[in-house]
Amino acid sequence: MRSLYISMVSEFYKSRKTLAFWAAILLPAIICSLIAFGFYHDAEKILKLNYPPMALWGRYSGNALGVMGMLILPFYVIFMAFSINNIEHKNDTWKTLFAQPLNRFSIYAAKYLYAVLTIFICLFLFAALTVAFGHLLEFLIPRYHFSAYNPVPILCKYYAKIFLSSLGILSLQFVFSLLWSDFLKPMGIGFVGVIMGIITANVGWKYAYFIPYSHPTLALRITSTAKKAGNPLDFPVFTSEIISSLIYATLLFIIGYIIVSKKSIK
Amino acid sequence: MSSYAIETVDLNFKFGNQVVVKDLSLQVPKGSIYGFLGPNGAGKTTTIKILLNLLKSPTDSVFVFGKEINHNRIAILKKVGALVEQPAIYGHLTGKENLINRCILLGISKTKANEMLQLVDLTAAANKKTKEYSLGMKQRLGIALALISDPELLLLDEPTNGLDPNGIIEIRNLMVELATKYQKTILVSSHLLAEIERVATHVGIINKGSLLFQGTISALQQLNKPILEIVVNDGPGAAAFLRGNGFEVLANDESVVSVPFTSPGDSGKINTILIQQGFIVTALYQQKKDLEDLFLEITKNN
Repeated sequence: MRSLYISMVSEFYKSRKTLAFWAAILLPAIICSLIAFGFYHDAEKILKLNYPPMALWGRYSGNALGVMGMLILPFYVIFMAFSINNIEHKNDTWKTLFAQPLNRFSIYAAKYLYAVLTIFICLFLFAALTVAFGHLLEFLIPRYHFSAYNPVPILCKYYAKIFLSSLGILSLQFVFSLLWSDFLKPMGIGFVGVIMGIITANVGWKYAYFIPYSHPTLALRITSTAKKAGNPLDFPVFTSEIISSLIYATLLFIIGYIIVSKKSIK
Repeated sequence: MSSYAIETVDLNFKFGNQVVVKDLSLQVPKGSIYGFLGPNGAGKTTTIKILLNLLKSPTDSVFVFGKEINHNRIAILKKVGALVEQPAIYGHLTGKENLINRCILLGISKTKANEMLQLVDLTAAANKKTKEYSLGMKQRLGIALALISDPELLLLDEPTNGLDPNGIIEIRNLMVELATKYQKTILVSSHLLAEIERVATHVGIINKGSLLFQGTISALQQLNKPILEIVVNDGPGAAAFLRGNGFEVLANDESVVSVPFTSPGDSGKINTILIQQGFIVTALYQQKKDLEDLFLEITKNN
């Protein structure tokens, strides 16, 4: 456990100056502030539509959720998985890492957990900043009645679902970036995968949930249909794509460990 | 308890079908500075990687401080510091941050980072990103990283690569200090004997994966047989005359005849009989090959 903990601390220490780490903070900050600015700038137009508080939150938070879930999250996950292993490929530091008195599982698991945690932080910030900027908008334009509805439970559920749906892609891309030290292969496969995932999810192919890259889109699509059905909170989290994502994540995590444990430093 | 810090027993290693290490039986005594010599591609780095378990020894034939590496990896690595090939450092971090990161991984106090920077004379560049370091600075930082855990055994793979003459001398002095003052065992690889012979207490010479010589520096010097060189007015004539009188002649040219040096008395006798025969001997001296030539001869014959 101590070995895992110090490996995690080291991952945060050496990655804290990288784009992948800062993107986890900057992405939600930039996207949420741009959306809030849009709502501030177009306040008159939006207020004319007379949304009830819940629908207002829906319209407002849906912007961040849509952009994030469909596009940015899969690409960010791919980039994060690439970046976390590339830091060792690029600096030729695998040999140093494996020559430390730490077991290989800790080194590997710390990297994986670091990526999971960073994605969690990114999504948590998206949810938190969505709520915070909503209240800030009401403070600046009191006619926005954001405080009349509490969006926290539904946002938590949405973002939790998106988070779980991203784990399959993360594990798959993590294995790719362990195997290949170059930029093109893992990123190229990832990009093609995401486009394929979006298409298969949107055309409603019934086996789309077998493709990890389609999970975030599927997670959003199904929940948005459920939202229309009645109580917006009344949608299942553990749907087929989420279960599929968790199975992929578990299996590929094990495969990744086998790769690391057999890895020879030539 | 083994008296060797490192012991390999008939170690073999292959990359696919290519044999890289063949029946290697290293014996590195505790407290020694062991010069691990061989031309480029001889198997030095591969051996060091096996000693660090970066490459897995196919059989249980590698022992460090008496413990077998495949089964005691973590316990052994706690006692080992290493610099393998070019130093592996994070280019986006500063020199100090690289050292602090290593302190985190080893669970030791971060104050060690400053001590090490001072030791390798990098204090002034402590806050500079290492991607801006020169090769020599990177090498010194690599040595600091290897030393930071205060290991009992240091494995240094060509540590003076890229260093200027002053830097080379500093590293040499550092190795001697670590071995004599702090009783560290150091295995240092090089392809240049001249670089090692001044500091090493023991030498192992490897070529094409096989160990050709192993022993103390003085044992290596004993292999180096002295030669008597005689400068005469007629080299071929003197060589023929000496052969006729039962002396072994190693080589000769127009004016120099080389024979094995046996004793000062024999040298005087050769001089006397040559003069008595009418040859003009202008010089007669004992010649010893330097160790570099000996090293080349040993590796050439493999």
